Amino acid sequence: MQIVAKGLTYVYNPKSPFATQALKGVDLTIEEGEFFGIIGHTGSGKSTFVQHLNALVRLTGGQLRVGEYDLSEKKCKLLELRSKVGMVFQYPEYQLFAETVYKDVAFGLKNFRKGISEEEMQAAVREALAVVGLSYDEVAERSPFELSGGQRRRVAIAGVIVTKPEVLILDEPAAGLDPLGKKELMDLLHSIHGQWCKTIVIVSHDMDEIAENCTRAAVFSEGKVALCGTPQEIFAQGERLAAMGLDVPVTAKCAQILQRHGFSVRTDFTCTDFVQKVLALYRGEGGGAEDAQ
Amino acid sequence: MLNDVTFGQYYPTKSFVHNMDPRAKLLLLIAYIVAIFIANNFFGLILVTFSLLLFILLARVPFGRVLRSIKMILFLIIFTAILNLLFYAGGEGDIVLAEWWIITISWQSIINTIFLAMRLLLLVLGTAILTLTTTPVALTDGIESLLKPLKYIKVPVHELALVMSIALRFIPTLMEETNRIVSAQKARGANFETGGIFRRAKAMIPVLIPLLVSAFRRAEDLGDAMDARCYSGAKGRTKYKKLTFTWRDLLGVLFFAAFIAGIVLLNTYFGSRFDIIWQFREWFGI
Repeated sequence: MQIVAKGLTYVYNPKSPFATQALKGVDLTIEEGEFFGIIGHTGSGKSTFVQHLNALVRLTGGQLRVGEYDLSEKKCKLLELRSKVGMVFQYPEYQLFAETVYKDVAFGLKNFRKGISEEEMQAAVREALAVVGLSYDEVAERSPFELSGGQRRRVAIAGVIVTKPEVLILDEPAAGLDPLGKKELMDLLHSIHGQWCKTIVIVSHDMDEIAENCTRAAVFSEGKVALCGTPQEIFAQGERLAAMGLDVPVTAKCAQILQRHGFSVRTDFTCTDFVQKVLALYRGEGGGAEDAQ
Repeated sequence: MLNDVTFGQYYPTKSFVHNMDPRAKLLLLIAYIVAIFIANNFFGLILVTFSLLLFILLARVPFGRVLRSIKMILFLIIFTAILNLLFYAGGEGDIVLAEWWIITISWQSIINTIFLAMRLLLLVLGTAILTLTTTPVALTDGIESLLKPLKYIKVPVHELALVMSIALRFIPTLMEETNRIVSAQKARGANFETGGIFRRAKAMIPVLIPLLVSAFRRAEDLGDAMDARCYSGAKGRTKYKKLTFTWRDLLGVLFFAAFIAGIVLLNTYFGSRFDIIWQFREWFGI
């Protein structure tokens, strides 16, 4: 499903002293099959934007089309849309509620596919748990509150992907995880991408995460899309990012330091590529070295 | 859906009422409530209404904002009004209009119902003025200060005030949390908007359980944080913001003294609220 937003605006608490304009005209297109990153400061409107995508925040200004659904129409089929656009909120492990993992994961299925048979449901839950790396036989009948934090987050993600949404949106999916946990989670998302969910959108302010994982990204600033393109295109503009109070990935910082010393490294800012390019430079193979200025 | 809960939400602006000492405001509110209950006839209540309007104007809070605070308890007001209308039994002198089974409607019950509804409305609106013009922190400071004398009979006033301010402080946090959980469950197809009252109540379970769990987690975290900073109760604590009684507060107290005197006068001069019935009969010959 292609996502097209044109001139999206949104105001929280309109007509009160607390009124804040969260979106001031967002134009953005996310193609099917992308692993899309959304970057921005707190209050840049990124969360408000992604919540528009499955109509958790109803459209009030501008146009938004998600696949065949036109969200400016009053009679948009909300339930159908939400089954196709899955949303994993920040710290999703705090939204678990059922007495067993099985019931919690099946919650979405029961809501979206009324009258689904018990066998079908069991098969779907088993599959979803397997995708997130949990064993059905081990965890299905346990209480979600007995599990560890990382396992709980996996259960919560399973509860969203169990309906096989075409688009999966994750708000800061790696927040609060240690580096290893982060890597495991990103690997998990890559394994979901393509087979389970065609499009993945992650909201993050970890630039390394974006540089490593995303095919394309957009930078939100003050309710607008300030930059949009591949991570290479975005992180090449380190100064503009700095002006918006945003960081660049570690690799970009290193590249800047090398640049200052007269070495130009053409990298896509992923770790492996950067190390390879620097090694090539060191061995004098890549031909990327320029004379010191 | 939860943004409707505006009862008691502080309205930030500068005004005469905003600048008053929270203790003075609390005392005035008590006086105001007493006035509502000693007022025995409609003239008294009209006087109360005028003082309420005066305070709304002085507080510079939009009128609609004040009225919104009724929304929450409108049901309660209507409910009690209906009960009162149907089941009020004054006794001997009732002029019965309709009677069926255990239900009686009389002129007295109609008058009483209107009177009661007015009382409740004035009560809620008055309280709303206090909470709209006073921050929760100032409010608990005021309460703590007013309850100080109770310390001598070993009531842990400071601790009670702290409990209250913590509760107030967590309302917006939990509200935000609720909104987030509601959104998350909606994203998984939960439906909170349709269905009967039982279905809707049942639909709230996936929201209430995570909310409860997170409230406990937060409480534990807060306890740890307070321990870590060596909090040990009221002993030896000083205040960052000292409350001071100013000319505004004196003016308010004087006004209310006059106001209460006015109500007592009206009470004795016009007598019971039911006299209006006889008055009407005299005028219209009903």
